[in-house]
Amino acid sequence: MKELKITPIKNGTVIDHIEPGMALKVARLLGVPDPDAHSTVSIAMYVKSGKMKYKDIIKIEDRELKKREVNIISLISPNASIAIIKDEEVIKKSRVTLPKVITGIARCSNPNCITNKDEPTETEFTVLGGREVKLRCMYCDRLVDDIIESII
Amino acid sequence: MNFKGTHIVSVRDLCREDIEHILDLADGMIPIARGEKSSSLMKGKIMATLFFEPSTRTRLSFESAMLRLGGRFLGFAEPGGTSVKKGETLADTIRMASAYSDVIVIRHPQEGSARLASKFSDVPVINAGDGAGQHPTQTLLDLMTIRRETGKIDGRKIALVGDLKFGRTVHSLTYALAKFDTDLTFVAPPSLQMPPEVVELAGQMGARTQLANTLEEVVEEADVIYVTRIQKERFPDEASYKKVANVFKIDLDALENAKKNAIVMHPLPRVKEIDPEVDDTKFAAYFKQAFYGVPTRMALLGLVTGVLE
Repeated sequence: MKELKITPIKNGTVIDHIEPGMALKVARLLGVPDPDAHSTVSIAMYVKSGKMKYKDIIKIEDRELKKREVNIISLISPNASIAIIKDEEVIKKSRVTLPKVITGIARCSNPNCITNKDEPTETEFTVLGGREVKLRCMYCDRLVDDIIESII
Repeated sequence: MNFKGTHIVSVRDLCREDIEHILDLADGMIPIARGEKSSSLMKGKIMATLFFEPSTRTRLSFESAMLRLGGRFLGFAEPGGTSVKKGETLADTIRMASAYSDVIVIRHPQEGSARLASKFSDVPVINAGDGAGQHPTQTLLDLMTIRRETGKIDGRKIALVGDLKFGRTVHSLTYALAKFDTDLTFVAPPSLQMPPEVVELAGQMGARTQLANTLEEVVEEADVIYVTRIQKERFPDEASYKKVANVFKIDLDALENAKKNAIVMHPLPRVKEIDPEVDDTKFAAYFKQAFYGVPTRMALLGLVTGVLE
């Protein structure tokens, strides 16, 4: 009998094709583990993949991701795909797409940027694609040093 | 571009045609800036000058520009004694100033402050320097100087000399010159060389770029030698500062092999980068450059308030 590394879920979200080794970071940014949640979360790392050689997978029971959360995943794992499962059926599956601009998700790494002061405004970054995703602050023009660390 | 109501935050927001249009209008403003001709173009208009950190040339030239065009100004030259000192947010200060004026000119020590101001203002905002960020009116007056003093910008070989890493004016100027057909040479000690991302982006925009360590390498070829201040605090000790400062000092010896019609520019204030013996030569363009701040800012004030098209 073939052994499944992660069992299928009944209802929830499957995040597939995460860059290998990034699953724990993605999980942390999605607020996993959440002490108030009691649904199952499965994380598999370095799963063999035809397309990517290796990939990470996260399955979260009873949760649909918000747009902001999908945007966060796209920044740190731009090849990820997201499937929504209902009654064990995939009802929607799509690859994440890099947004052109992100608002209120990240903090500027320039300590002298006005967005790091007590002003009534949200941060805004232009998302630059390419081999490596980069964020450019729309206020001070600087590139963010470490995207994962910058996420609010 | 229709400039009416437009915020001028970064020179990168302007395309080549926009820049040329501003410079054309600025050319026409010169007799008014010199006081040879009077104007009431901005009569009835009020400019708010919000200077959260001190400035001499920039603030005075904006105020001169507004007064020469028959307009008036209000504001502060430093934040002491204002509600800013009581902890008011920049957003609230801008909302207030935009209710009292037709255009806001802001200098602020934090990067991105002018962009933030533009989001909270009902009137156009002109960035007069945001920390180590952008200073678009300086760039425009630099371009005006090159165009007027050498006849054109296209085809010019421009050497940017000094502190290219931290100098805010040279980054903006590099991006602006890259919109024209220019050869740019960045002359600096390795520790103060132009950041690679600026060089790369300028190259992508079409400029031909190269790096150099000494002025001798480029002085024979350059049409424009743009000198910036090397700040003492960038160096670990006095001796290493002096060593670098001497290598990049512009005096008559350094200009011996320069082209006859080359010009030397400097955003000022200078300390010892340019020897005063250069002041009376035909190379010296830095005082004219400071003057061109007035007609450039006249053109911009007229455009963003809609009195000029």
